[in-house]
Amino acid sequence: MTATGPEPTAVQPGPPVQETGEIFDVTRFGDYTQFTVVAAGVARSFRPGQFVAVAVGGPDSSMLLRRSFALYGVKPAQEYAGTVQFVVAPHGRGTDWLVRQPVGAKLDLVGPLGVPFPLPREPVPAVLVGGGYGSAPLLPLAEMLLAGGSDVRMILGAATAGRLFGELAAKRLIGSVTVTTDDGSAGQRGRVTDPLPAAIEQLGAQIVYACGPMPMLQAVGAVAQAHAIPAQVAVEESMACGIGICMTCVLPVRGADGVSRFVRSCVEGPVFDAARVRWGDVGSLPPDLLGADAMGGH
Amino acid sequence: MSTRLASLALPDPVLTASGCAAAGRELGQFFDVSAIGAVVTKSIMLTPRSGRPTPRMAETPSGMLNSIGLQGPGIESFLAHDLPWLKQHGARAVVSIAGGHTDEYVALAKRLYSEPVDLIEVNISCPNVESRGQVFACDPLAASRVIGAVRRAAHPDTPIFAKLSPDVTDIGQIARAVAEAGADGISLINTLLGLVIDTDTLRPALGGITGGLSGPAIRPVAVRCVWQVHQAVPHLPLLGMGGIRTGQDALQFILAGASAVSVGTTVFNDPTAPVRISRELHAELERCGFGSVTEAIGFGHRPAGSTPSSPAQPGLGHPGLGTEEVSA
Repeated sequence: MTATGPEPTAVQPGPPVQETGEIFDVTRFGDYTQFTVVAAGVARSFRPGQFVAVAVGGPDSSMLLRRSFALYGVKPAQEYAGTVQFVVAPHGRGTDWLVRQPVGAKLDLVGPLGVPFPLPREPVPAVLVGGGYGSAPLLPLAEMLLAGGSDVRMILGAATAGRLFGELAAKRLIGSVTVTTDDGSAGQRGRVTDPLPAAIEQLGAQIVYACGPMPMLQAVGAVAQAHAIPAQVAVEESMACGIGICMTCVLPVRGADGVSRFVRSCVEGPVFDAARVRWGDVGSLPPDLLGADAMGGH
Repeated sequence: MSTRLASLALPDPVLTASGCAAAGRELGQFFDVSAIGAVVTKSIMLTPRSGRPTPRMAETPSGMLNSIGLQGPGIESFLAHDLPWLKQHGARAVVSIAGGHTDEYVALAKRLYSEPVDLIEVNISCPNVESRGQVFACDPLAASRVIGAVRRAAHPDTPIFAKLSPDVTDIGQIARAVAEAGADGISLINTLLGLVIDTDTLRPALGGITGGLSGPAIRPVAVRCVWQVHQAVPHLPLLGMGGIRTGQDALQFILAGASAVSVGTTVFNDPTAPVRISRELHAELERCGFGSVTEAIGFGHRPAGSTPSSPAQPGLGHPGLGTEEVSA
């Protein structure tokens, strides 16, 4: 640290802020709605993998819990006010309300939240795997990896063509992208894990990054492990608060000390080393978890 | 906006609620934890607890159902990492304790004896292992045994508050039992027991099957409980909570007899809620003509036609406070 050096270009994750942001743009992509929101505070210290927690239903809403979305397309304030993007798939009352919000409406945001994707110190070949709108946080990650000189390939998958997200943006960034759909309505029929081994081998990948539904992350983790490379994955858990106080979004994760604990996906995640998450134990209480012995009788 | 909970003077009547603020650190990113009345910690137990399997939460109309199962690192980790943080940041620390046996509560109170704890809130909404899992708070005898034992074990200068469950036939009876056992005050209410069934899986939505209902949906139940407990034990200060979302909500609790209020589930929606609600409450008190929080405590019990400048009726207006004004 020098007293008079230039401002560092890479901003460390800063504390989250709560701010009211105006919707600047609403764009539909297949089954998804992309929001661009003016939120300079959230944009300021964003790192890929982080998310935003959005209040739904207005100030007197009967829906108290925030909805969390991965951030991408973040433009820090320069000549214009800072903006952030996130994508919403309607699947309940809260997201139904959200996708009806027009340009100019105000949203109450808390962010940026969570642990970002760890970035390599040196350029390393990396495969990025996105399921559904899980591709969203991989877009700014790809941008940063490319800027750092890493070779990047991207595999995007979804149940059906309408559930794909980010294909065009990924093509613009990387030049090509592999697409899979369960029903064959776009790209090759099958799962993202079908083309993943070949992508790792052809690229000589040293790391896999992924975001998507939990079974996909588990499968991606297994493929990475079979190739003896790490997988850093961002989970999409439902969260009540997003800031680490409600303890609802926990996952069983094995720590560096070998002890497994329920950890909060909002503040200790959403990005985890796939090999440390005990995917098969999600939704149960493994008896060797720290403090599981204290649960008897309660 | 100062108030008092037994011997503890608070510069502000708005506190966090147990289980809705962890141990303060996360909320410290959003506001100055020393500016609110106190941080009420998540219930601390003797040993680390994993908590229950997921799913742990279901959103309900104006509220939520949760089944966390008191996940926590245990008292030693709390004392090593969390309490020092609260004190370094100038927060008043209300430590919530929980256990499955009276002995566990006693051990916790003893462990806290020489720690910088401003008040102990005893979470008695836990199953009593010795009584086939009946919740302490639902049995006047079990509740009074725990509170009496904690009162004897804790530092004599540390106020002990019993946190009551609304899931009882006569909350006034429980309040009198813990008052006789030596409680210095009462916190109320804890969550109501509820259940949500997921109509896709056709099974209970929560891993723990039942859960605690919180949020604005339970506010009228909470205000009723504060009202009844204020009548049952008018000499005890009350910390009121249950669905407080605005300063106007907080005022209802104070008029019903609470000396201070805790903001819980609303913090999940609005992490700065405690400071916002404090500001709104201040404006509400002013609008009603109250010169202080103290003047408004239990005011709702006064006969119709009373005004904020009327003299208080003995035994109703100022529980445990006399007429002494407390300064910050």
